[in-house]
Amino acid sequence: MNARPDPARLSDAIADGAVLLDVRNVSLSFGGVKAVSDISFDVLKGEIRAIIGPNGAGKTSMLNVINGFYTAQQGTIVFRGKERRAMKAHEAVGQGIARTFQNVALFKGMSTLDNIMAGRSVMMKRNLFWQMLRHGPALREEIEHRREVEEIIDFLEIEHIRHTPVGKLPYGLQKRVELGRALAMEPTLLLLDEPMAGMNLEEKEDMSRFIVEVNRHRGTTIALIEHDMGVVMDLSDRVVVLDYGKKIADGPPDAVKANKDVIDAYLGVAH
Amino acid sequence: MLYRTAGQFKTSYEADFALFPVRQDAILLGVILLFAWVILPWSANEFVFQTLLIPVLIYSLAALGLNLLTGYAGQLSLGTAAFMGVGAYACYKLTTIFPGMNLVVAIALSGFFAAAVGVVFGLPSLRIKGFYLAIATLAAQFFLVWLFEKWAWLYNYNSSGAIQVPNMKMFGVYVAGPQATSLTQYYFVLAVVSLITWFSINITRGRIGRMWKAVRDMDIAAELVGINLMRAKLSAFAISSYVAGVSGALFVFLWRGAAEPVLFDVQLSFRILFIAIIGGLGSIIGNYFGALLIVALPVILGIVPDALGVPIRAAVQEHLNTMIVGALIITFLIAEPLGMARLWGIIREKLIIWPFPH
Repeated sequence: MNARPDPARLSDAIADGAVLLDVRNVSLSFGGVKAVSDISFDVLKGEIRAIIGPNGAGKTSMLNVINGFYTAQQGTIVFRGKERRAMKAHEAVGQGIARTFQNVALFKGMSTLDNIMAGRSVMMKRNLFWQMLRHGPALREEIEHRREVEEIIDFLEIEHIRHTPVGKLPYGLQKRVELGRALAMEPTLLLLDEPMAGMNLEEKEDMSRFIVEVNRHRGTTIALIEHDMGVVMDLSDRVVVLDYGKKIADGPPDAVKANKDVIDAYLGVAH
Repeated sequence: MLYRTAGQFKTSYEADFALFPVRQDAILLGVILLFAWVILPWSANEFVFQTLLIPVLIYSLAALGLNLLTGYAGQLSLGTAAFMGVGAYACYKLTTIFPGMNLVVAIALSGFFAAAVGVVFGLPSLRIKGFYLAIATLAAQFFLVWLFEKWAWLYNYNSSGAIQVPNMKMFGVYVAGPQATSLTQYYFVLAVVSLITWFSINITRGRIGRMWKAVRDMDIAAELVGINLMRAKLSAFAISSYVAGVSGALFVFLWRGAAEPVLFDVQLSFRILFIAIIGGLGSIIGNYFGALLIVALPVILGIVPDALGVPIRAAVQEHLNTMIVGALIITFLIAEPLGMARLWGIIREKLIIWPFPH
């Protein structure tokens, strides 16, 4: 009866601190442009892992490879012990990977509630017959998921815009709705692509709080791309730094901050 | 004042999911249903039944079918008339192969033929979208009409090449064919249209509707929340074509009484697209507004000038009709792309907060 996908249960098999996602020697190029070359890093269960780097370093491409939107030409990805090179994007969801986008990718014509409910589409099973009648099982299922979605809405403090079409919302709130939609998918691994881009200080603080709470209370592993160094250093457990498609540093925030290559990549270097 | 929603509280998700969370909407629907089921049929004459009531219902149903596909799932289609034709011819074959078959069953089954054909011609949507998809559906339009003409088996090798609806009884009453009265036909059509409308509203509010709208609004994001694009698009084609097929069967069996292939040509597809656009893409109620306008306009043009003492020729009437419809479409596309349904939505919102501006 419970419509949760199996992956959520599967993930419990992996203990906190064990390797959840292992990226091994992944390379991806578009024609002659190497977006990502020979990158390896891992994400441990329960941690917040940041991916940083200057513009064009290949961060978003890396996320796209992880959630199956791009197919890596070389290398493999081990997620939950299963090795693979490629999978369809909608299969990644079934495996427990959810993500948000750098430029908000919401369903603009739908309300906040419907957007977040859409995140649970895969978990809803009632067929056309019951959907047509919207009665009995279909209605019960709808209500069951509505309850979960309302908890997310409550958590993200967006009750007042529940029925507003998201196209009409300000940018900061849209980002929040998008996070809500990703959370509705009950992911094991949450990929956030610049969750704070274009936000003011207050909105950034709110978003940081949500990210930390998702990580602590829901136990969701998070991999995030972010340009705000203050946020990255405060939030993340470990940081991987990319530059021109190559990995130049990997480690705890303090070590990365002191790394000479990282400083060179960000501040430039005299030749 | 009339539409005040203050004081109507929802205390459960069931109440919030009700078809009409606002009480006045339910009352309004009650009034409309009273008109549709009692007042209109008992006051209408033959002319009103045949030129207004029955065609409005059938055209709204066809537009509803198209709207599910184009307005909800975002897949542009110019082949609606052909899918209606599939429904009509399937119904004709079913009723001639199995003469005793109940007409309701025959119509319900013929929808499945239209759905299957719709899915086949919907396959290109997996690779292309927008204008290119519209052209692909146009191919369906021309191919199917050609098939209706050339495949003599479809019209039982009639020398005329047309299909003729026989007299058909249900529970001892003629419902189709020359012997059927307009009143029974009206009630038959009304019942089918009401039922399918209710189903459609439910589908669009639930999981499948959200899937379609997600694909319409941003297909990449839809894929990344786990929606299988192929299933979403093909289900939209199937359900939309089913509804179009049923409306096609009604079109021939409960209204025209006979049909030849040219009836289902691209003109009809465009007329239905106009109804959906003027009524409002992505709405259910808009189809009724649009159909009412498109069907009533020529009737009004035929009656009003005469009544005013300035009779105009039939050809001029026809041209005037085309011009007005064209102007309306352009106006709506520019001023209110969401059509008459949106206009009604704005009026309703204003009424709810009246007398305050916000």
